[in-house]
Amino acid sequence: MSSPRLRARKLDIRGGLVDLSHGAGGRASAQLIDEIFREAFDNPFLEQGNDQAAFDVPAGRMVMSTDGYVIWPLFFPGGDIGSLAVHGTINDLAMAGARPLHLAASYILEEGFPLADLQRIAQSMGRAASQAGVAIVTGDTKVVERGKADGVFITTTGIGLVPAGLDLSGDRARPGDRVILSGSIGDHGVAVMSKRSSLGFETEIQSDSAALHGLVAAMVAAAGPSLRLLRDPTRGGLATTLNEIAQQSRCGFLIEESSIPVRPEVAAACELLGLDPLYVANEGKLVAVAEPGVTDALLAVMRAHPLGREASVIGEVTADDEYFVQMTTSFGGGRIVDWLAGEQLPRIC
Amino acid sequence: MCLAIPIRVEALLPDQMARVTLGGISKVVSIALVEDVRVGDYVLLHVGYALTRLDPEEAERTLAHMREAAVPGLPAMPSLSAVEAAA
Amino acid sequence: MKYIDEYRDGGLARSIAASIAREAVLDRHYRFMEFCGGHTHAISRYGIEDLLPSNVEMVHGPGCPVCVLPVGRIDDAIRLAMRPEVTLCTYADLMRVPASGGASLLKAKAAGADIRMIYSSMDAVLIAEAEPARQVVFFAIGFETTTPSTALSIGLARRKQLTNFSVFCNHVLTPPAIRAILDIKNLPEVERVLVDGFVGPAHVSTVIGTAPYVALAAEFEKPVVVAGFEPLDVVQAILMLVRQVNEGRCEVENQYIRAVTTGGNLIAQREIAEIFELRKTFEWRGLGELPVSALRLRDAYAQYDAEQRFDVVPVPAADNPACECGDVLRGLKKPSECKLFGTVCSPETPMGSCMVSPEGACAAHWTYGRFRDRAKASAMQDAA
Repeated sequence: MSSPRLRARKLDIRGGLVDLSHGAGGRASAQLIDEIFREAFDNPFLEQGNDQAAFDVPAGRMVMSTDGYVIWPLFFPGGDIGSLAVHGTINDLAMAGARPLHLAASYILEEGFPLADLQRIAQSMGRAASQAGVAIVTGDTKVVERGKADGVFITTTGIGLVPAGLDLSGDRARPGDRVILSGSIGDHGVAVMSKRSSLGFETEIQSDSAALHGLVAAMVAAAGPSLRLLRDPTRGGLATTLNEIAQQSRCGFLIEESSIPVRPEVAAACELLGLDPLYVANEGKLVAVAEPGVTDALLAVMRAHPLGREASVIGEVTADDEYFVQMTTSFGGGRIVDWLAGEQLPRIC
Repeated sequence: MCLAIPIRVEALLPDQMARVTLGGISKVVSIALVEDVRVGDYVLLHVGYALTRLDPEEAERTLAHMREAAVPGLPAMPSLSAVEAAA
Repeated sequence: MKYIDEYRDGGLARSIAASIAREAVLDRHYRFMEFCGGHTHAISRYGIEDLLPSNVEMVHGPGCPVCVLPVGRIDDAIRLAMRPEVTLCTYADLMRVPASGGASLLKAKAAGADIRMIYSSMDAVLIAEAEPARQVVFFAIGFETTTPSTALSIGLARRKQLTNFSVFCNHVLTPPAIRAILDIKNLPEVERVLVDGFVGPAHVSTVIGTAPYVALAAEFEKPVVVAGFEPLDVVQAILMLVRQVNEGRCEVENQYIRAVTTGGNLIAQREIAEIFELRKTFEWRGLGELPVSALRLRDAYAQYDAEQRFDVVPVPAADNPACECGDVLRGLKKPSECKLFGTVCSPETPMGSCMVSPEGACAAHWTYGRFRDRAKASAMQDAA
């Protein structure tokens, strides 16, 4: 008669904390990966249990991208560090026009981090990935001593496939091209800031964190090679994105402030804190630069998509050897939208 | 002279505090510097303190003055591209 | 947003500007100083100068408390913050202001100083209450708009019987600064700033009222129009100033009637008087030593005075010799006339406070005005 197999006790997710053994590579690590990550991500790659994922690669041009996520607080209205990590890397791939294939996720956990929070984050990532039709096929966890990480830091890396003939790049903007924005700006930054207790305001604003590859696919189908470039205005906001493109393409922009959608609550929070919405981060929006002839077609497919309902033309590309991003204000005057200097800090006066 | 914004008083709280809102954002601030604040009043908020109440009648009078000062048939605002074309 | 949007109507602004163009006498040049940094910012952000006729010119004034703070005071604050027991609480505006030797509060924080950015002085009191082992110092700056909030926070600390809260006080007063601009008779010709009138500060005036400007207007025979913060307020105030100049009047008028009264906020004035008294003299960047122009804590509140608690010994510190913030602050020079502007000095690498503070004339010009320089330059080239 065979001896009964030792049954390891399940993780105490409700009350348990991450400890150094979870990063040591032994039984505790395996249990953490199994009961939290494999459970949440649930795909055949992880079921195999290897340190790597092997898969066939379709022919064509591949895109790879990686990003680290150190956001604080970890949980905010409309998302968390996990869903953000999935959406953010998918979006980086999508901005090249790529169809995302697979994601990898690595975690640096702080000793003492509640397992319940880790599970919440993992499940959020699993949901975000499955909604996007992408799997998290491999990953890693390490644990550092208490105080050496803010709860958890996540790095996600993604690969995707670009359709043949598509060449979206930040240096392709040309004078006369139109600039299209997919929706309202500032939502994510304000949602996150509202949770920083030092600023002390409450709002119903949700982060706009979302995976944009579906929207992008529709746009690529509608505009083809007349689409010059795509970029998502994350850290530093729309202003930073436009300045980056201006630098890369060696051009300028002329933007209409009144055509840029801003939610009233976002405008109000920015008034309150003395911030300019143009510099506040977005996690579910994109900027497209395209030849004027395809503007109508692009707007039509974007507005038909849930993530592009408020899509609008916000301006055009100009010839400018100082690469100025100029803006006509709603007031009727003119101003430059410059690079962000330092970190955008709330003003008193 | 510093950043101060008009904001609506939603509720009075103990210790001379109040809940105020602007465009759906709400905040708890001090009203210790303003007398007889009532729900529905608009106050000027500066670094967490209300500085004064806004007078709705005077606000209307101001707008009326502005409209009087305006010349009918306003001149077209030169657009930025026109400024550059002229330059 | 009520009380905001209606005062940002561009169409109405152009109409009022058309009145200014009609009423400004053709062969006369009007120079008005907007005292307050908030107005400098509004004028730049909304491109108000674009609306004005070419013979009406705005000159930027010294009403930016970050800009007028001398380098030595930032050095003092950094030294306080470097003490291991001190938690320095500051408004975010001050973090990147250059101090001596290329230092700044931001860099000191990176080097390990416990510096925390706060939105309100009340936050500093709450931090002191929550962390009794820390000596919390609040870096207080501001004109009369901000002083009442510091006064109230000291009162709160006293009520809570806190022994670990103190204030590094740099509050300054508006009327003495206006006087310093206007009192030119003892200055050499090249140092004199000539203005025909003032756009008076909006929120300082909610606290002090319009009464304090009356003596100045009479003595120096210059009109003052206290204006609200929104672009329409500023445009209307400029029209009122043009009219005063045309009619030879030197009165104090109140455009910001929805928020400002003659007497101001008596509660706020009482709170200030309770806690603070006048310093005999205080150094202002750009204006030099001005008598009775700044505040310090009264003896009764000495325990909340960081300068006394920590024996702050002022070390004289000079500005970067090439930095022309002083002249820009007084309206003697425009930002584009400073040799460092746009070359060595930019928002990313500021040499002086005028470029760091969002209300500073140089920061405002950099962000909103540089393309106008370019248009003017090529217009001049074409004309030549």
